[in-house]
Amino acid sequence: MTAASTTTRCYNLGPLRQVPPGEGRVFRVGRSSVAVFRARDGKAYATQALCPHRAGPLADGIIGAGKVVCPLHGEKFDLVTGQSLGNRCPPLEIYPALVDDGGDIIVSLPNHQR
Amino acid sequence: MQNKRRLVVIGNGMAGGRLVEEVLARGGGGLFEIVVFGDDPDGNYNRILLSGVLAGTNQPQDILINAPTWYAEKGVKLHSGVRVGWIDRLARKIYAPGEIVEPYDTLVIATGSTPIVPSIKGLYGDLGSFREGIHVFRTLGDCEGIIRCAANGRRAAVIGGGLQGLEAACGLMSRGLEVHVVHLTSHLMETQVDPTAGAMLQRALEQRGVQIHLEKATATVLGDDRVSGLAFEDGSTLGCDLVVIAAGTRPSVDLAKQAGLTVQRGIVVHDDLSCRNDPDICAIGDCAEHRGRTFGLVGPAWEQARVLADRLTGANPQATYRESKVSTRLKVMGVDLTLIGDSDSCREGDEVVTYIEPSRGVYVKLIVREGLLAGATLLGDGLLSPRLLQIFRRGQPVPQSRAELLFPVTEDAGSPNLADLPADAHVCNCNGVSKGAIMEAVKAGHRTLKGLCEATRAGTGCGSCKPQVKALLELASEGTLADDPTVQYYVPGVPMTKRKLVMAVKEKELRSVSAVLEALGGGTDDPDSKAALASLLRTVWGEEYEDERDARHINDRVHANIQKDGTFSVVPRIYGGVATPTQLRRIADVAERYQVPMVKITGGQRIALLGIPKEELPAVWRDLGMPSGHAYTKAFRTCKTCVGADFCRYGLGDSLTLGVKIERRLQGIESPHKMKLACSGCPRNCAEATTKDVGAVAVEGGKWEVFVGGSAGSRVRKGDILCVAQSHDEVLNYVRRFIQYYRENAKYQERTYDFVERIGIQELRRLLVEDAEGICDGLDAEITAIADVYADPWQEADAPVHPNQFAGVLAGVE
Ligand code: SRM
Ligand SMILES: Cc1cc2nc3c(=O)[nH]c(=O)nc-3n(C[C@H](O)[C@H](O)[C@H](O)COP(=O)(O)OP(=O)(O)OC[C@H]3O[C@@H](n4cnc5c(N)ncnc54)[C@H](O)[C@@H]3O)c2cc1C
Ligand code: SF4
Ligand code: FES
Repeated sequence: MTAASTTTRCYNLGPLRQVPPGEGRVFRVGRSSVAVFRARDGKAYATQALCPHRAGPLADGIIGAGKVVCPLHGEKFDLVTGQSLGNRCPPLEIYPALVDDGGDIIVSLPNHQR
Repeated sequence: MQNKRRLVVIGNGMAGGRLVEEVLARGGGGLFEIVVFGDDPDGNYNRILLSGVLAGTNQPQDILINAPTWYAEKGVKLHSGVRVGWIDRLARKIYAPGEIVEPYDTLVIATGSTPIVPSIKGLYGDLGSFREGIHVFRTLGDCEGIIRCAANGRRAAVIGGGLQGLEAACGLMSRGLEVHVVHLTSHLMETQVDPTAGAMLQRALEQRGVQIHLEKATATVLGDDRVSGLAFEDGSTLGCDLVVIAAGTRPSVDLAKQAGLTVQRGIVVHDDLSCRNDPDICAIGDCAEHRGRTFGLVGPAWEQARVLADRLTGANPQATYRESKVSTRLKVMGVDLTLIGDSDSCREGDEVVTYIEPSRGVYVKLIVREGLLAGATLLGDGLLSPRLLQIFRRGQPVPQSRAELLFPVTEDAGSPNLADLPADAHVCNCNGVSKGAIMEAVKAGHRTLKGLCEATRAGTGCGSCKPQVKALLELASEGTLADDPTVQYYVPGVPMTKRKLVMAVKEKELRSVSAVLEALGGGTDDPDSKAALASLLRTVWGEEYEDERDARHINDRVHANIQKDGTFSVVPRIYGGVATPTQLRRIADVAERYQVPMVKITGGQRIALLGIPKEELPAVWRDLGMPSGHAYTKAFRTCKTCVGADFCRYGLGDSLTLGVKIERRLQGIESPHKMKLACSGCPRNCAEATTKDVGAVAVEGGKWEVFVGGSAGSRVRKGDILCVAQSHDEVLNYVRRFIQYYRENAKYQERTYDFVERIGIQELRRLLVEDAEGICDGLDAEITAIADVYADPWQEADAPVHPNQFAGVLAGVE
C-alpha cells in the first residue's frame, strides 16, 4: 500500500463479541460513525456507516464473501475495496480494521474523520 | 500524448446523456475531452417516466440516469444548470452565462423540444412567469410543481388530449383529483388515431373517471392571484384550481437558428447526423430533422446517439442513420394503446384493415402497403402488439389473408410465442434490444432480471417490455440454454435446483446456512444466497433448523420492516381485523408514549406504527402486549375479513369467525414469499378474497369457494377456484394443505400468483383435492407440526438472541 497523504489514527473499539458473528454494528468514534463487520471467518471490516445511494444503514446489511448488501435497495459493495459491484454507486470509504490478540477491534481512521 | 479533441454536447437530456455514454463505451474517453452543458438543474433523467412520477408509480430519484458524480468519475466536464447562450461557429466556441467559454472541435446539439403554449389570456403573472397553478409538463421541475399543487388541489384541467395530456390526466386522477381534459378538436389524439379509435379511447378513459371536453378552445384562465377556472371561446367555463398545458411540443432550435445553421421544423441533418451547412456540428434527438421528419420520441434519439458515437469514435466511421421505425404507447394503467408507424393510409393503394369489438373496447387498424405492414393502431388488446411490431420492424410480408395478422392460425393467438421469435426481433423498443442480445446476455451470466436489464438496457426506458425480458430469462433457463443450468439454481451460491438441494440437505443433514454453503457451495458464504437458504432450511427442518441470524435480512433479525430512513414499522397482529377497545387504547398509548411519527390504518385491516428506531422496538412491543403481525417478512401476513352473516344483511357465511380461525392457526408460518388471505361472507366479496393468495367466499347453501393464486398488487390476477368446501373446518384444511404445498415447491420469492400459474390449477386440484399422488396426509401433518410450535418473535423483547440484537449505535471511543 502506498502512504496516504492524510494521517491516520488507530482506535480500539472494544471486544469483537459486541458484534454477532456474520453481522455488523455501528460504532461511534468521536463525532462520526463507522460500520464494523464481523465476518464468519473472524475477520473484521470497517466502512462508512451509511450507503452513498440513499443513506442506507450498511451495518444492517447481509454480509458474506467479503461483500455487504445494503438493506434498503440491495446494492452490493466490496468490503475491501469499497467498490459498488454494479458500479451504480460511488465507492464506500473503507477503513483498515483488524482484531488484536486480546480480541479487540482496532480500526484506523483518517484524522479528518474525527 | 497527443492533445485530445474537444467534444462539446449541448443538452443533457435523453439524447445528449445517452450520446456521452455511447461515446465512453467505445473508448471515446481517450479520444476526446468531453464537455456537457445541461440547462436542467435536475440533470440527466428518464423523461418518459415523468408520467410515472406524476402518477406516483415512480419516485423522482428512481428515474435518474446518471448522477453528476458519474460525469466526474468518467472525466466528463458537466455544466449542470447552465443554459448555453451563444454558439460562435467561426471561433468554434460556446458561450454561457458566468463567463463560461468552451472551445469545441466537434459540437453536438441535443436541446430536445419545448412545450407549445397556446395563446390564452391570463396565463402569466406580473413577472412574466406562469401564474400559480399553471404548469407545462416537460421536466422533473414541472412535474414536481404539478405534484405540489395537486396536493392541495381538487380539480384539474389538462389542456390538450394527446399522449402526454392523457398521461398527465391519469396521473392526476391517481392523486385523487377530479380531472378534466380539454381538447381542441373533435376527437382525442387526432393526429395519431382516427375518430372511431378516438371515441373508443375516450370511453376507456371516461370509465376510469377522466372527464373529457371536446371542441373546446380555451380563451382565458380565470382567477385573481390563484387560478380558479377556464373560460372557453364558446362562452362556457370550467372551475379548476390546477391547469396543465399539454398542447404539444416543438423542437428547441433557437440556438441553432442564431448560429445560422439550416433549420426548418428542426435542425436539418444528413444521414451522418451532421448539420446541412456545418460538418463539425451534429444534432440528435427531438431537435433534429432528418429527411423532413422530426420525431419527439426516445427510440430514434437513442438510435441517433448510437450512430453518432460510432462515427465520432471511429468504431464505425461509415455508420449512418436511416429512418427509424417508430412506435409508441400510451402509458396509462388499464388502457392499452399502441401506435405503430403510419396512423392512416397516406399513399395511393394503401389497404386499411380494421377490426372492432365494442364490448371489449378493442379496436385494431392496420395499414398495409405493398404487401408490408406500414402502420397499426391497437387499442384495448395489448397481446397483439409484440407480434405486429416485429412484422413491422422486420418488414416481413403480410399474409395473403390479412385476418391472420389478427388471428394467427399457426400459434396460440393469445400469447405471442417468444420462443418462436427470431433472434433479431426487437424485444425492447425503447432501446432497440433484440431477443438475441438478451439471450446472449443471459448466457454471459446475467441471471437476474435487474442484472439482465442493466447489461442489455432492455426495460430501462418505458419499462413496458419487462415482462417479455423476464419471460426470455426464464426461457433461456429452460429450453435453449440447457447447457447453462445455473439459471435454474435455487440460489446463486449453490449449483443445484431446489429439488436437488432439498435432497442433498436432507441426505447430508445440513441444518444451518453456513453448513450448506460449506458443504455444497464451495465454502463461500455468498451473501445473495443466505436469506433464501434460511427460508428453505426452515421449511425442511422445522424445529430442528439451526438458526443463524446473520443469514437473515435485517427485517427478520429485528422483526420489523426497515424504512427509508433506517427506522422501522411495527404492525401488531389484529386477528381478522377485529380489534377490542382495550387494544386500540393500548396502541394509542404506545403511539403517544413513544411519539410515534405516524399511526396508520393499513391496507391489511390493521394498524401500523411507523418510524420507530431499532433500539426502541423491544419496549414498544412490550407495551403493546400484542403479538407480531409479521408485516416485515415472507410469511403468513393477514386474513382480511368482512363483517359477514352475523351483521350484514346479505351475509351467507360467517366470514369473520372463519378469518380469525385461519389467522390464529396459520399466523407467522414462513413461506417462499408473503401470503395474504381473506374471507368474504358472500359473492359481493367485500374482503377481496378472489384476489388474495388464498381466499374463501361464502356461497348459497352454507358452502365456501376456495380461491388460490389471486393478487392485486403489482399484478392483478383473479384467483382460481381450488374447490368448494362445505364447512369452516374443510376450508381450513384446504387452505393449510395448499400453503404447505406452496412452501415445499415454490421458488424463493415466488408469489402464489406465479406459482399457481406455473403448476396449473388442474394439477393442483389433482394433487390437493383428489389426492392423486397420496401426498395430502403428509402435507397436512407437516403444516400441523409447524403451526403447533408457533412462537411470537416479539417475545425476543425479553429474551434477545444477542445482547446487541436491537442496538442502535454502539459507543466506541470519544
Ligand atoms: C403498510 C402497507 C401499506 C399501508 O399503508 O396500508 C404496506 C406497506 C409495504 N408494502 Fe405492501 N403494504 C400493505 C398492503 C399491501 C397490499 C394490500 C393487502 O395486503 O391487502 C398489497 C397488495 C396485495 C399483495 O400483497 O400483492 C401490497 C403489495 C405489496 C407489494 C407487491 C407484491 C406483489 O408481488 O405484487 C410489495 C413489494 C414486494 O413484496 O416485493 C409490497 C411491499 C411493501 C413494503 C413492505 C415495502 C418494503 O419492503 O419496505 C411496505 C412497507 C412500508 C413500511 O414502512 O413498513 N407491498 N401491500 C400495507 C400493510 C398491510 C398489513 O397490514 O400488513
Ligand atoms: C411526460 C412525457 C412522456 C413521454 N413519454 C414518451 C414515451 O413513452 N415514449 C417515447 O418514445 N417518448 C416519450 N416522450 C418523449 C421523450 O421524452 C423525448 O423524445 C426525449 O426526451 C428526447 O430526448 P432529447 O435529448 O432530444 O430531449 P430532452 O430529453 O428534452 O433533452 C434536452 C435537454 O437539453 C437541455 N437544453 C435545451 N436547451 C439548452 C441550452 N441552450 N443549453 C443547455 N441545455 C439545454 C434541456 O434542459 C434538456 O435537458 C415523453 C416526453 C414527456 C415529457
Ligand atoms: S406502502 Fe406499498 S404501495 Fe405504498 S409506497 Fe410502500 S410499497 Fe408502495
Ligand atoms: S420497450 Fe420501453 S423499456 Fe423496453
